Amino acid sequence: MSQALFTYTLRLADDILILSQRLGEWCGHGPILEEDIALTNRALDHLGEARNLLTYAGQVEGKGRTEDDLAYLRMERQYTSVKLVEQPNGDYAHTMVRSFLFDAYHLPLMQALTKSKDEQLAAIAGKSVKEATYHLRASSEWIIRFGDGTEESHQRAQAALDNLWTFTGELFENDLVLEEMTKAGIAPDMTAVKAAWSKTIDEVLAEATLKRPEDGFMATGGRKGLHSEHMGFILAEMQHVTRAYPGVSW
Amino acid sequence: MSSENPNNWPLWEIFIQSKRGLDHKHVGSLHAADADMAIENARDVYTRRQEGNSIWVVKSEHIHASRPEDAESFYDPADDKVYRHPTFYTMPEGAKYI
Amino acid sequence: MTDVKNLEDIFQAKIDAEQKIEPKDWMPDAYRKNLIRQISQHAHSEVVGMLPEGNWISRAPSLKRKAILLAKVQDEAGHGLYLYSAVETMGTSREQTIDDLLSGKAKYSSIFNYPTLTWADIGAVGWLVDGAAIMNQVMLCRTSYGPYARAMVRICKEESFHQRQGYEIMAVLAKGSPEQKEMAQDALNRWWWPSLMMFGPTDANSPHSAQSMKWKIKRQSNDELRQTFIDRTVQQAEVIGLTIPDPDLKWNEETKHYDWGTIDWTEFNNVVAGNGPCNKERLAARNKAHNEGAWVREAAVAYAAKKAKRKAA
Repeated sequence: MSQALFTYTLRLADDILILSQRLGEWCGHGPILEEDIALTNRALDHLGEARNLLTYAGQVEGKGRTEDDLAYLRMERQYTSVKLVEQPNGDYAHTMVRSFLFDAYHLPLMQALTKSKDEQLAAIAGKSVKEATYHLRASSEWIIRFGDGTEESHQRAQAALDNLWTFTGELFENDLVLEEMTKAGIAPDMTAVKAAWSKTIDEVLAEATLKRPEDGFMATGGRKGLHSEHMGFILAEMQHVTRAYPGVSW
Repeated sequence: MSSENPNNWPLWEIFIQSKRGLDHKHVGSLHAADADMAIENARDVYTRRQEGNSIWVVKSEHIHASRPEDAESFYDPADDKVYRHPTFYTMPEGAKYI
Repeated sequence: MTDVKNLEDIFQAKIDAEQKIEPKDWMPDAYRKNLIRQISQHAHSEVVGMLPEGNWISRAPSLKRKAILLAKVQDEAGHGLYLYSAVETMGTSREQTIDDLLSGKAKYSSIFNYPTLTWADIGAVGWLVDGAAIMNQVMLCRTSYGPYARAMVRICKEESFHQRQGYEIMAVLAKGSPEQKEMAQDALNRWWWPSLMMFGPTDANSPHSAQSMKWKIKRQSNDELRQTFIDRTVQQAEVIGLTIPDPDLKWNEETKHYDWGTIDWTEFNNVVAGNGPCNKERLAARNKAHNEGAWVREAAVAYAAKKAKRKAA
């Protein structure tokens, strides 16, 4: 039970930690100052949630690992994030579509998690719901702007959507860990989360005049630590200082 | 002040109410393509430290301002209308709650 | 009709009486030009200043430090934005101002042309560069141009944590492992002199200073501010056990200030002239962000127009 809870909490944490790491790459390079600030808020929200979850995962594990131990001292095979979030930023459409696909999942997930039997997760989700509501609203608006903006922005958004769609299946993958957590009333019913996700996608894409890609082959592996080659570089960059000077404080 | 390039986002003036019941106060400006975006940008730019409870945005070009050279004719006449201030009035000794 | 001389007298009288100048007030052309130059340089410095620090967001050695750094670099974007807005009150659009930066015509603080080589540089930049900037910015909260002064008040409020977080990084490193302390000392060694250069040329060689003082755009001279900064920082370095890299540094009992060595003005002029270690990279990064953002800005405008049209129909 506590092993499954540890793994489950870690998955929640890893998704947003890696997404935050990716979004942070934009800081100072955004398309306009206002957007630079907005995107950094997003990265900060994700990072804050990730820190809460990592700290909690450490407590659940009971081996004294801190948020930093878990973030900086695990290798890519121990990271359990979905492949969607490790995808490179690409152009701004790519970044926004990636966030939109994630936000549309993250919000209903966090809403449902507020009713989790695990009080700590419910409390963390309670805080995240507010942020996630704003994230989804903002990314949806960008998808609509891109889709219904210029021909170029439409094409870029559609390309990003087509490119990233294969990574959406993993968000709803079931396995023994999830089953155990769902049975225990800790994880929510993911069919409901998926239905909410799908509805948001349809509504926003319709308004954006973008085409929802067909569900073809869906990438998998992230939850088992089988990542794309991007992951090693993300972690190398993120961890190198901490690993170069083991055991010190910063 | 609109620029040559039509793809530049227009300028908006931002007014923030820091607490319920208070006035909306001008805090600065920013650029946005439309009003919704202006409100969201204002949230991200001007309320990063919980400064806000409510946001108003107005396109800068819609702000009309009085002219500084009118200041004397606008505001000085109020100088001699002290009767507009409550302290002008003498209240009878002993009267309460007035 | 009042003639220009008379208007100038009225203008200077307002300044002398500590009244703020507001956008619609009459102001001498030179005052306007001087301000546009100074505020836009200041805005550019904030925005270019995001780059050397942003350089370490992905590598910050703890999640707490990463969050602090993200928030700080984000603040710089906000500060750039406030300052561009102050320029806009004088009739110059942000786009025009930014074009001058991107074409290399406009200047920004040369300090940001130095590279951030180690994590300790993030500490040094916060402590020294923000520390030096704050000296200027606190003074500018009382500058004579209203919108500039208001932007600076907001900036100073937000900046208050910037210098402290940098100093804290340095303090932690200085009492950490020998490697960490060495890293901190090395960063101090590299950033000390460029930080002193941030206050600009000596008063004797400062072309704009006298007029700026008269107009109360500036209220303290470069040399005064620099000396105050040195006096404060030397003490802070002592507290955390780091050594200021200046063999001539010595307390002067008579003046109650530190005497100190000489700035290498050749280096300063070189960096200003575009030959600093990172001038080209900084400008290239800003140009890239601007160019690659063009279609995004365009899409938003196109969508806003469509939406407005539909609403009208």
